[in-house]
Amino acid sequence: MRTSENSHKLLEEVYKSLFLIRHVEEKICDLYPTDKIKSPVHLSIGQEAVSVGVCKALTREDGVMGSCRGHAMYLAKGGNLKQMFAELYGKRTGCGKGRAGSMHLADVQAGVIATSAIMASTVPLAVGWAYAQAYQNTGNIGVCFVGDGALDEGCVHESFLFAKQKKVPILIVCENNEYAIHSHFLTRHPSKDYILNWASSYEMKCKRFEDDDPLALYDYVGGVADELRSGSGPQFIECYTSRWKEHVGPGDDFKLGYRGTEEVEKWKRKDQLIRIGKLLKPTVKQKIEQNVLKEIQEAVEFAECSPFPKPTELYENVYGGENE
Amino acid sequence: MSRIISYPEALKEAMTLEMESDEHVFILGQGVDDPKAILGTTAGILDKFGPKRIFDVPLAEDGITGIALGAAIAGLKPIHIHIRNDFLLLAMNQIVNMVAKMRYMYGGVHTAPMVIRATIGKSWGQGPQHSQSIYPMLMNVPGLRIVAPTTPYDAKGIMAASIRSSDPVIFIEHRSLYYQKGDVPKEAYALPFGKARTLAQGDDVTLVGVSQMAIECLRASKCLNEVGIHAHVIDPVTISPLDIDTILTSVKKTKHLVVVDNSWLPGALGAEIIAACHESQDCDFKSLRLGFAATPCPTTPSLEDAFYVDGVSIAKKIYHMLRHDSDWIPNTIIHREEVEFKGPF
Repeated sequence: MRTSENSHKLLEEVYKSLFLIRHVEEKICDLYPTDKIKSPVHLSIGQEAVSVGVCKALTREDGVMGSCRGHAMYLAKGGNLKQMFAELYGKRTGCGKGRAGSMHLADVQAGVIATSAIMASTVPLAVGWAYAQAYQNTGNIGVCFVGDGALDEGCVHESFLFAKQKKVPILIVCENNEYAIHSHFLTRHPSKDYILNWASSYEMKCKRFEDDDPLALYDYVGGVADELRSGSGPQFIECYTSRWKEHVGPGDDFKLGYRGTEEVEKWKRKDQLIRIGKLLKPTVKQKIEQNVLKEIQEAVEFAECSPFPKPTELYENVYGGENE
Repeated sequence: MSRIISYPEALKEAMTLEMESDEHVFILGQGVDDPKAILGTTAGILDKFGPKRIFDVPLAEDGITGIALGAAIAGLKPIHIHIRNDFLLLAMNQIVNMVAKMRYMYGGVHTAPMVIRATIGKSWGQGPQHSQSIYPMLMNVPGLRIVAPTTPYDAKGIMAASIRSSDPVIFIEHRSLYYQKGDVPKEAYALPFGKARTLAQGDDVTLVGVSQMAIECLRASKCLNEVGIHAHVIDPVTISPLDIDTILTSVKKTKHLVVVDNSWLPGALGAEIIAACHESQDCDFKSLRLGFAATPCPTTPSLEDAFYVDGVSIAKKIYHMLRHDSDWIPNTIIHREEVEFKGPF
């Protein structure tokens, strides 16, 4: 049995995180028809376990960066829930004061450095952020989540090269849900092995996970983090996972016909939320669930009660002080 | 203490002084630590500070820009150098989508204190892809500061300000300006953003020149002096934010405004300045935009001479504007050392 399965505390944390992300996303689906959420949403339902497994192996000071499908990463790393809902509502109490929406979540105190709606644009950002950690000897490492579609962007490869050359303490995690919007991975690449071949060609230590077991990811990333902190250079993980909802929005999209329900059903049958939940005592599980649902309800109420930014605040934070 | 130094020496001095006083400042870019040292502007910095503070990078402009940004949001102060403006086009995604929006997009939790230096090429067959200016494209983007100093004094002072700023700064240089020499104080000093510099006083026409075109405007004013036309020559120094007040004060007197861009005319600084002057008050004035011909930059000198305006052609355009005569040819022979701007004022 792996170390992670021995630790009740860890199992509880992993379950709490999985349950939180799933139910935040479902709450967003419930709220969406009310039009109170003023932002496109790229939901993480089905992909929660990758972020949870990786982020639980990090310190609070380690930094994570990702894409506009970033709710799971934000929450798994400990991003503030109230500020997240307030941001989705466009309120001034949001983590981006209403300037960010769902696609640019950040909570620097929790090490959620940035998410971005331009695919892969946070990959160089993450490499630079992690480079600065080594420059300043903080001991922190960076992790960048990137989708299998975004991985094709040129700046990803530019970043891999720099990271390798400078031994940057960065872990790149490819969340391979097999689709770039509606385009299957194999219509865009010659073979399944293409991602790992790319990463390997930059002489990074690479590992593929065929499914999204958060405990396996936790165990592995714990070791990776130690190696990164010792200065051994960047590493790469490809982890298969599945997006259950449509690319953007709260519904499903099987009517489009680009993928069959069975593709997703096979992932639902091994839902990590259910699997990890079964490893907990029912009383413990129930208490976690009650607490999380209460937290979500409080966060929604916080967002509802918060004010919108005033029009006079439009120009804040375009530039720094006038006296510079 | 002030002494005469060159434009590249002024840049080097500013960067060196800021690197001495702030260990977070570092330089990266293609060839920054090679023997040519970006036309001398980084000469000696490797020896003085070591490879942690200045290093070469792969040919990967977009990625390296993002990496510099990542370092900036984590507390460092990168200076990313490109030896031509044209190469910045490879980094437009990071500059426009990320760098410019870093402070705003996350509600003020991030700042991007970084300097992106880039030189405009001209002459010696620079041709279509080594001669472009990027500032007209970027001045359309909120969140960036853009500077284009002409004199060594301004180059040093605005470089210090750029490095110290918590905002990203696009620092536009010009290859021909590297021959400029001028009085520059030895010690560190920073100049404010958004403050134009008056290079020559005059009441007949307001003549605004960007970067190296400020030098051509000084040459034009020398030509015009022989026929009693006195141009008020202004170097904006900062393009974003623009010091429109200084220009406007002069236009109110002269009623004639000529802006010479270091770029093509559509959507560039000439259009912006003229529009801003019209919007700011009810002063009635005549205006003229000058800049590159509406073609890619040719390589051969015979065509290149027709592509650029210079002191003589600017003077002729102004003479026509004021005296309605297109046949005048100035007698003044341009001696570079006579017209080059030297003072720190």
